[in-house]
Amino acid sequence: MLFQEVSQAAPYVSLVPWVVFLPVAGLLINLLIGKRLGEAGAGIIASLASGGAFVVAALLAVSLAGSPEPKSVPFLDWITVGTLNINWAFRVDTLSVTMMLLVAGVGTLIHIYAIGYMHQDTRHNGDPGRFTRFFVYLNLFIASMMILVSADNYLMLFVGWEGVGLCSYLLIGFWFEKGKAGTANAKAAKKAFVVNRVGDFGLLIALFLLFWWFGTFQFDGVFSQVGEVPQAVVMAITLFMLLGVAGKSAQIPLYVWLPDAMAGPTPVSALIHAATMVTAGVYLVARSNQLYAAAPAAQSAVMWVGALTALLAGLIALGQFDIKRVLAFSTISQLGFMVAAVGMGAYVAGMFHLTTHAFFKALLFLSAGSVILGMERGQELAYGGHGSNDHGSVKESHKDGVEGTAHGGPAGHDDFDPQDMRNMGGLRKRMPVTFWVYLIGALALAGIAPLSGFFSKDEILAAALETNAAVLVILILAAFLTAFYMGRQIFMVFFGPTRTRAAGLTGENNPVITVPLIILAVLSFFGGALNLPGMHTMGSWLEHTIAGALETEFMPTLAIAALVVALVGLFLAWMIYGRRPASRPAAADPLYARMTSGFNVLTNQFGIDQAYNTIFIGGYRVLANFLAHPVDQGLIDGAVNGLARLQSAIAQLLRQLQNGFVRSYALILVIGVVAILSYLIFIPR
Amino acid sequence: MIPVSYYLGLSAVLFALGILGVLLRRNPLVLFMSLELMFNAGNLAFVTFARMYGDLAGQLVVFFVMTVAAAEVAVGLALIVAIFRSKHTIDLDEVNSLKG
Amino acid sequence: MPGLPVVFFILAAVAVVTALGMLLSRNTVYSALFLVLNFATVAVLYLMLGAPFVALTQITVYAGSIMVLFLFVILLLGAERLPISDKLGWQPFVAIPLGFILAAEFAFNLFQSTGQIVNVIETPANFGSPASIGELLFSQYILPFETTALVLLAAAVGAIIIAKPERQSPGQAIRRTRAVSSPVPAEAPSAEAKETPAAVQEEALKQN
Repeated sequence: MLFQEVSQAAPYVSLVPWVVFLPVAGLLINLLIGKRLGEAGAGIIASLASGGAFVVAALLAVSLAGSPEPKSVPFLDWITVGTLNINWAFRVDTLSVTMMLLVAGVGTLIHIYAIGYMHQDTRHNGDPGRFTRFFVYLNLFIASMMILVSADNYLMLFVGWEGVGLCSYLLIGFWFEKGKAGTANAKAAKKAFVVNRVGDFGLLIALFLLFWWFGTFQFDGVFSQVGEVPQAVVMAITLFMLLGVAGKSAQIPLYVWLPDAMAGPTPVSALIHAATMVTAGVYLVARSNQLYAAAPAAQSAVMWVGALTALLAGLIALGQFDIKRVLAFSTISQLGFMVAAVGMGAYVAGMFHLTTHAFFKALLFLSAGSVILGMERGQELAYGGHGSNDHGSVKESHKDGVEGTAHGGPAGHDDFDPQDMRNMGGLRKRMPVTFWVYLIGALALAGIAPLSGFFSKDEILAAALETNAAVLVILILAAFLTAFYMGRQIFMVFFGPTRTRAAGLTGENNPVITVPLIILAVLSFFGGALNLPGMHTMGSWLEHTIAGALETEFMPTLAIAALVVALVGLFLAWMIYGRRPASRPAAADPLYARMTSGFNVLTNQFGIDQAYNTIFIGGYRVLANFLAHPVDQGLIDGAVNGLARLQSAIAQLLRQLQNGFVRSYALILVIGVVAILSYLIFIPR
Repeated sequence: MIPVSYYLGLSAVLFALGILGVLLRRNPLVLFMSLELMFNAGNLAFVTFARMYGDLAGQLVVFFVMTVAAAEVAVGLALIVAIFRSKHTIDLDEVNSLKG
Repeated sequence: MPGLPVVFFILAAVAVVTALGMLLSRNTVYSALFLVLNFATVAVLYLMLGAPFVALTQITVYAGSIMVLFLFVILLLGAERLPISDKLGWQPFVAIPLGFILAAEFAFNLFQSTGQIVNVIETPANFGSPASIGELLFSQYILPFETTALVLLAAAVGAIIIAKPERQSPGQAIRRTRAVSSPVPAEAPSAEAKETPAAVQEEALKQN
């Protein structure tokens, strides 16, 4: 076949450094001459860089199709100190190439989308000059993510890990001077970075232990020695790694940064916080599968963390009113699914769900961005940017925890929130393309056959059935909630009457925005073909890297049961939200009317965020205050100043010797002479 | 014969007296004279040793000491005169501008 | 000679007494004269030690020129009475014990090692005569001799420069004395106020 001919013809494997350096080239060009290229130029350069990386990844995939064994392409010697020998080498195997394809592919689509999105967003926020910076950051992100997935050893992986964390911070805080009180966006970025840091701390400890016990960071080196290291050490390493995964992939207890990260522009939410960065944790566990296989207790810890997160996030998503926040919690929930899958040993299921989730979650976020763009345009048309005259619109309330939205900037916009679902409604007729792609994405997420989400979710449930019944119940519950809140979202946003004047003035966006959406919709629809039951294309593809992945048989009963659960969820959502849709934005959510206090709990995220604030941040502040005032000012400053004062006092004392009288100087001289003479005479030699 | 140690003892006493003069008198002229006394005591010791060892070098040293002492006295007295001209007093305790 | 120790002790006593007298005398001229006597005594001691040249040099140079120089300066400076208050009142109480300690240490060291000191030896007849000293001086010690000459030159020049009065041109000096000796009547009260040289010169200029 063509693939075999091509793969035998040229060794594309050595091209792998370009997956990193094409985005780097893109970002350098944009950094240096981006402003002169103009918006179109900068966007095209960035998209070409990302697209180029995709092409290289595709070539690598073709090469691997012919010879699927893992390969390593050394690049440069980095650290050589004693026994520590760390090189930057690229690893080309099926797992890393899968991730590369995903990151570059979805990334390129999002780049193209971002050209159109940022064009309008920078004008809405009043700073068109910042356009180029966005694409520099995006390319930097792609480069870092590529370093992460193509790393040959744990340390290079960590370099990429840190790099994506940095890009996440830069991009969340892109509109750093906007947000509630002018600081909310910056605070959200800081929160993301700091919480990620806690996770990174865990990963670092794991790395230290790895080096101490295994003597190397290289994947092959580590995995070959797993049997020789005491099990307790491997358990420690994997548990600390779990902490890192919880930080990066937003699991319990470190998920709190992801909802606030919605302060960033929508392409950022799509790329980083849905499709790629947050999946790095799942990738890490998949990569370290041999370590986890040697520590079953740690693996089941992973599974439970994933399952509980899926349930918790699903519940919280019910009570959110911001369109992006619902999707954020949905992401956390789906990541819980993935983490649970790899925790059960079903690596193929986890990676499959990772891929399909990247498709439909990116689609959902980008479509939500399209909706937001429409709403913003409607807002400008309706209110002219000078405040809301619509008495019924929902003010940007902060009771429901809507913090850090990017639209609190110029005066007048403050009181109308274009992202609040209660201000929308009836957008189906006004933004048809967006509606249809959103619907496809939502159905895929809910797990409706024959869309991609159905197959990937079903594989995870099948694996849960074989592993742990309790986890299965939790996951099914989470699936039900997924269908329910997605239905709620669809009905609130697209059906019913338009609730505000701004909603009535929205219109469809231009093709730069809609075409990537359509492509992603197609992928979400047909993405299940990647690993259809019976064909298991992805399964056999990944087999070459992850030996012994839990292969699951397709269980029709379970599949149908899951489908029924999803349909019930959608139906329930229609009953509550779709049958008699609310006509005024201030009209309360029907669920809220029925179980007020319970609903408020959900809206407040079970108070977890506030608890963190009081316990950790509050406690830290107390400690910092203590150290700053009594300890630093009192003790340390006192000691240093005291030394200075002692010095002064001694100097004052000695100063009296210099009284200016020649006679006293002569006296001192004579005293010295007498002393020396006495010593010489009386000390016997 | 008078033992050498008597001469040396006298020299020591004169030297100590000279030091006392330097330390106790405030008049710079008397101070200089005490210095001359100290020089003399040293000279006496040198001459004693010259006689003791039969080496004339000791007396030569005395010769040189005298010469240099003369030079030093000349300059020193010039200094005292200059100080007197500016301060109108020769009390050594008044010359304390280098007080720290 | 049998009476030699007696002579020595008398001379020693005179030397010490005159030294004390120099220290304790309130009148500076008396101090100088005591010192002259001390030098003379020491010169006789030199004679006893067989150093005639040095003895006479002592009298000529020390007692003759140096002390005369001292007396000149004493009389020039008026031999002022110093104020009674002593800013370093505690100094005598420290210095005198120190002096005793010093002398005691010397004595201790001296009489400790007396056994090693060789007593006065026999010397040739012309020991210490000018001829023998001159022989040694101009052969072996010629370099220090010349250097000492340079030192003397430097001292002479230095003394002149240090003791020179303020530099004034002859014209200025004359105008200054004239201005001081004949004050202008109208400016009499302010003349004392403006006694600074600059002001005086300006006045003198205006007068001219």
